[in-house]
Amino acid sequence: MELPADVKKRLTLPAEEHFYAGHTACQGCGAALGLRYVLKVYGNKTIFTIPACCSTIIAGPWPYSAFNAPLFHTAFETTGAVIGGIEAALKAKGYKVKGEDGIMVVGWAGDGGTADIGLQALSGFLERGHDGLYIMYDNEAYMNTGIQRSSSTPYGAWTTNTPGGKKHFLERKPKKKVIDIVIAHKPAYAATASVAYPEDFMRKLKKAKTIKGPSFIQLFAPCPTGWRAPTDKTIELARLAVQTAYFPLFEYENGKYKINMPSPSKEPKSLEDFIKLQGRFKYMTKEDIQVLQEWVLSEWEELKKKAEIFG
Amino acid sequence: MPKKVISGNYAAAYAAKHARVEVVAAYPITPQTSIIEKIAEFIANGEVENLEYVPVESEHSAMAACIGASATGARTFTATSAQGLALMHEMLHWAAGARLPVVMVNVNRAMAPPWSVWDDQTDSLAQRDTGWLQFYAENNQEVYDGVLMAFKIGEHEKVNLPVMIIESAFILSHTYDVVDMLEQEEVDEFLPPRKPLYSLTDFDNPFSIGALGTPADYYEFRYKIAKAMEEAKKIIKEVGKEFGEKFGRDYSQMIELYKTDDADIVFMGMGSLMGTVKEAVEILRSEGYKVGAAKVRWFRPFPREELYELAKSVQGIAVLDRNFSFGQEGILFNEAKGVLYNTGAKPIMKNYIVGLGGRDLTVNDVRKIANNMKKIIEKGELDKEIDWYHLKR
Repeated sequence: MELPADVKKRLTLPAEEHFYAGHTACQGCGAALGLRYVLKVYGNKTIFTIPACCSTIIAGPWPYSAFNAPLFHTAFETTGAVIGGIEAALKAKGYKVKGEDGIMVVGWAGDGGTADIGLQALSGFLERGHDGLYIMYDNEAYMNTGIQRSSSTPYGAWTTNTPGGKKHFLERKPKKKVIDIVIAHKPAYAATASVAYPEDFMRKLKKAKTIKGPSFIQLFAPCPTGWRAPTDKTIELARLAVQTAYFPLFEYENGKYKINMPSPSKEPKSLEDFIKLQGRFKYMTKEDIQVLQEWVLSEWEELKKKAEIFG
Repeated sequence: MPKKVISGNYAAAYAAKHARVEVVAAYPITPQTSIIEKIAEFIANGEVENLEYVPVESEHSAMAACIGASATGARTFTATSAQGLALMHEMLHWAAGARLPVVMVNVNRAMAPPWSVWDDQTDSLAQRDTGWLQFYAENNQEVYDGVLMAFKIGEHEKVNLPVMIIESAFILSHTYDVVDMLEQEEVDEFLPPRKPLYSLTDFDNPFSIGALGTPADYYEFRYKIAKAMEEAKKIIKEVGKEFGEKFGRDYSQMIELYKTDDADIVFMGMGSLMGTVKEAVEILRSEGYKVGAAKVRWFRPFPREELYELAKSVQGIAVLDRNFSFGQEGILFNEAKGVLYNTGAKPIMKNYIVGLGGRDLTVNDVRKIANNMKKIIEKGELDKEIDWYHLKR
């Protein structure tokens, strides 16, 4: 796909790679892209903690590792607590954390491991003010266990435990707004990001390394396997999610909200194209689509208001 | 050496301080709380340096944070009890599997419901298969000594496993007794800084810990833990001997034998109730009974060889279990019987379920048990194998 001219001009990804070929992600995996960017920005002096999620597998089985950085695998619900413990140990042992030459402590967890089973540990991490970064890569379901709904699954989506069918047993709850729960803790820094906008994501990663205290990034990471979408549509889907305001990009710092371009500057695009590209939405009726569309717009209005009032 | 009259919990806290722990992540639960309160007080008073205290939001997170800290190379300590220990269960496996020598004091407390805060060993014994070493303290002194030895044993290059030091609710945790503490220099000499097997700060040689182990590899990972546990028996004895030589309290035996040499009947058990039993042995001996006591200090690794040696020379063993495995029997009884099955040593063994949920075991109870055992030995057959001794009738 032809990149818009302005994007072409600005594209400045660091050349160095610390996320190696040979990882075992599916074709078109948004999470794998995200990991690549995180490692590009932070480099080798980063301690990763990964709970049970797709990335457990993506990183490679023993004795392999696709990461050129230390990586600790942990239990599903523990990311926030483990990175808190790592940071405490670094402090006790006198290591420099964050800053130019400091160690970056990163938790990398899926939406199930964050919005559901890991929410308590995440809250503890934020509330206690650990000096690390928690990244929730959001592919909107339990993909590693085979596509089950999480509280981050959107209204109307098919998953293997919301399977559609004649009785339309679909997901009927709106996507949990984890970022709002995070912001309620008044963390040092919180942001949404998307694999379709690597520069925006990388800027946010850099920021998280300079700010003292806990940071959180919710990274939109399409999953072609679980979304029943073509594997070459990952970026397009991620971009549409932003352009439709389904997943707007914004950041929160010092009590202030800032909506980031490329979130829609005028009217968001209709959800239609975003929905059409994904088999997981195939059971949705027109009314279902309307419900989702209205939810998206009302959330978008709310965010704009927040940015206006707390801008 | 400074003697202090302190509770079992304070003994644990002082030992952690003297061990120069670097990270403590813990969550309050009765009757453990005064351990972490005391540690917080050390920090508040500036009595410790380079100690990070993480007041986590649950015991599950306490163990998870300890695991993160220990994997980063820090000497790490926590404490819990009963419900808290049960909540940690998943992460207990994780600490052992990741080969992290976290040291934890568990205050034995009965599992709910019904709610109880009193002594019972089922909480810790239910964790027996997690890969943790388990030491049952008889008194406050053993809590203090046990914590110091736990770091040295767990961090040993041949072990690299977590260690649980276990004390009784209230009977030790909140009861004040004389504890002979060591000077800081003595502890420093006995317990040098930790040299971790690996650290997440090794950026020059980045690795992944806990990655997927396929059926082609998982098995060997388990074998390595099994081997380390076997190895730990030697290390326990070495460290216990060294402790004795340096500080006068010998822990080279995994089972402490008390007047068993000429005993026909031996009372076997763990933890604080063995204090009462030893007292009873003294009294019963003065009354002409040929009895002794075998205090199992280390439940994991299990002292198979020492038990076999003991079993060869006695007629009967009364196993006093302050715990129970529903659908089976007392847990120590079960283990001890199992060890002896393939040996030539087959004393008569009977299981007395005692003290659950903090019910007292008195000297008079031990006398009754001795009389019962005497009858059984004379007859040469058991009246019953499992005796719910205190049961109201």
